This record gives sequence, structure tokens and C-alpha cells, in this order.
Amino acid sequence: MATETHEVVDAAAPGMPQLDFSTFPNQIFWLVVTLVVIYLILSRVALPRIADILAERQGKITHDLAAAEDLKLKAVEAEQAYEKALAEARAEANRIVGLAKDEIKADLDAAIAVADAEIAAKMAESEQAIAEIRANAVTSIAEVARSTAVELANTLAPGIADEAAVLAAVETRLKG
Amino acid sequence: MATEEHGAESGGLVFHPMDQFIVKPMFGDGPVAWYTVTNVTLWMALAVVCVLLMFVLATSRRRIVPGRFQSVAELGYGFIYKMVEDIAGKDGVKYFPYIMTLFLFIVFANFLGLLPMAFTTTSHIAVTAVLAMGVFLTVTILGFVLHGASFLKLFWVSAAPLPIRPVLAVIELISYFARPVSHSIRLAGNMMAGHAVIKVFAGFAALAAISPFAILAITAMYGLEILVSFIQAYVFTILTCVYLKDALHPHH
Repeated sequence: MATETHEVVDAAAPGMPQLDFSTFPNQIFWLVVTLVVIYLILSRVALPRIADILAERQGKITHDLAAAEDLKLKAVEAEQAYEKALAEARAEANRIVGLAKDEIKADLDAAIAVADAEIAAKMAESEQAIAEIRANAVTSIAEVARSTAVELANTLAPGIADEAAVLAAVETRLKG
Repeated sequence: MATEEHGAESGGLVFHPMDQFIVKPMFGDGPVAWYTVTNVTLWMALAVVCVLLMFVLATSRRRIVPGRFQSVAELGYGFIYKMVEDIAGKDGVKYFPYIMTLFLFIVFANFLGLLPMAFTTTSHIAVTAVLAMGVFLTVTILGFVLHGASFLKLFWVSAAPLPIRPVLAVIELISYFARPVSHSIRLAGNMMAGHAVIKVFAGFAALAAISPFAILAITAMYGLEILVSFIQAYVFTILTCVYLKDALHPHH
């Protein structure tokens, strides 16, 4: 089969089959058909569809970027709100700490004042007691001196000694 | 098919590098009429199937995060769209579907032609000439429709000194009419040459002594051809954009 065909063609085109003009109408006809079919496929279906896909993707990308930008803004806002709340809480905490400190200080001052007063009272009492003791001691010493002097005078010069004079002398000594 | 039987017929070192380009009917042997279903029909239909798979099926799920095939479709779309926009300008964007059609047809035809036993539709001057003439006529008519007679200013290089402008106009005119020729022959020539060379190396592979080198050479050529397949589609498309730019903005 092939050989026969070849002979037929050979007769028409020795050398280059490209220059066999008898096949030109056939090739041109089928070429035109092919081009029209490809053109219709492309212009009716393929190219609009691809353009749609590309536009849709571009739209989606733009939309997503805008959404991302939005979310980013929201995140910044949230962060600011958080910072603000944190600062407020810190201020509140400081205020409460200050209040507590003042209260404690007041309590402490009151307690110290009470303690001071008590201490002062105790001290006064003690001083009084010491003064009394000292006064007693002075009286006792005078008495002891007097009785000792009388006894001494009586022992050393019995009968001579004038009790009143001795006592006066003791009295003078004690004062000096 | 024809190539194999040739080898079997004569034996030994036989080259039929051009047999792969023969247009033959898919069913029966009759003459090739304009409506006959031939291997041209088959491989062009396969290009259409590839377009359907890559650009309709792969994008059918319309995923925001694309899969592999949808990514490729989107890349191809972006690649050509940006090319049209950069070269032809904002007002060239409305011709984007036409340019995309040309690019996809050429790129799939080129790559399908690299399959073993395939038929490369873009290696035929009849096909590339129709493509190039289509671009040439469209661009020329568009230029006259949009700009009227002032489209002819394209050939009148106002940047040059007055005395040499007529000379330049002649040169510009010749180069303008040479565009479809170079546009079509570049693509067909590249595709044909690459495939023919691979076939020649394949013929050498029949000799045991040099077959390793031949196979190595086929591999290397195949790699080069993959590059060329894409580059030629790219070049054809980018030149179309450049011509379109001339039609839209003829005043340099």
C-alpha cells in the first residue's frame, strides 16, 4: 500500500514532497479548518475562562491582603487596649498600695503614741517611787544619825551630854 | 510507513529523508483531493486535541491555586498576552486570540512532529505560506483600514535625511513584501531541515560500526529540535506581533 502511494507521489513530486502542488489544496483546506476550530475553542471557551481564573485570583489576593491589613489593624487596636488596661490596673494597684500604706502608718502612729503615753506614765510613777524612797532614806539617815549621836554621847560621856545639844549639833551637821 | 518499506526493499544504506513529509490519504490510495482525509488532517486534528486538553480540560476546574496543567495553560496565556501587549501595545490586545491561535497551532504542530513516525504539518511550505500570507494580508488591510493612505508613511522614514528617503522607501517596500516569504520559509525550512537531518542520521544507524555515533547524533539533534520547535513558534508569533504593531502604529 505504502509503496503504491509512494509511486503516485513520486511521479508528482520528485525530491521534495513540499513542492508537490497537488497536495496544496488539501493542506490549505485542513489548515483553515484547524485554525478556525482552534480559534473558536480559544475565543469561546479557553481564553475567557483563563482570564476569569486570573482575574478571580487577583481579586482574591487583593481581598485577602485587605483582610490581612484589617486584621493587623485590629491586632494593633487590641494591643493598645491591652496596654491601656494594664496601665490602669497598675495605677489602681499603686493607689491601693498607697492607701494600705497610709492606713498602716496611721495605725502604727496611734500605737506608738499610746505606747509613748504609757511609757511616760510608767516613768512618772517610777520617778515618784524613787523620790519617795529617797525621802524615806534621808529621814531614816537623820534618825539613825540622831540616835547614833545620842547613843554615842551617852556612852562616851554619860551624864554630861545634853541630849538637846547633841541633837542640835547633829541637825546642824546634817544640814551642812 | 513508506520509509520502512523502502529500507526493506533495497537493504543496506538507504536514505529517504524526505519520505516523512509525503502527504497521503489515511483511508485508501486515491488521489489527494482538497477534501481527502490525509495524514495532514490527522496531525492537525491531534493539534486541536492538544489545545483542548491543555486549555479546556486542564482549566475546567478553575482552581484558584492551579494544578500543573492549569499552570501551564496560564503560563502560555500570560506569555503570549504579555508579548502582544508589550510589542503591539494596549490596542493590540484585542487581536490576542488570533495570535494565540497561531502560536498554539504552530507550537503543537512542531512538538507533535517530533514524535517518532509523526507527520510535521508545519514543515510544509503550503501550510506556513498560508499562515504567513494570512498574517501579511490581515496586517496590511488592517493598516489601511485604520490609517487610510497615511499607512504608507510606514515606508517614508521621516527620521532619515530627505535625499535618501526615496531610496529607503524602495528598500522598505521590498522588505515589506519579503516579510511573508521569510516568515513562512523560516518556519517550514527549520522544521524540514531538522527532521531530514534526523532521518539521515537514522539511515547511518543501519551500519553497525557507526550506529552508536548515529544514535548519539540523533539524540543531540532531537534535543536541538525540541529547542527549535519552540523557538520557531515563538519567532513566528513575535514577528506577527511586530507586523501588527506596524499596522497599528505605522508612524515609527
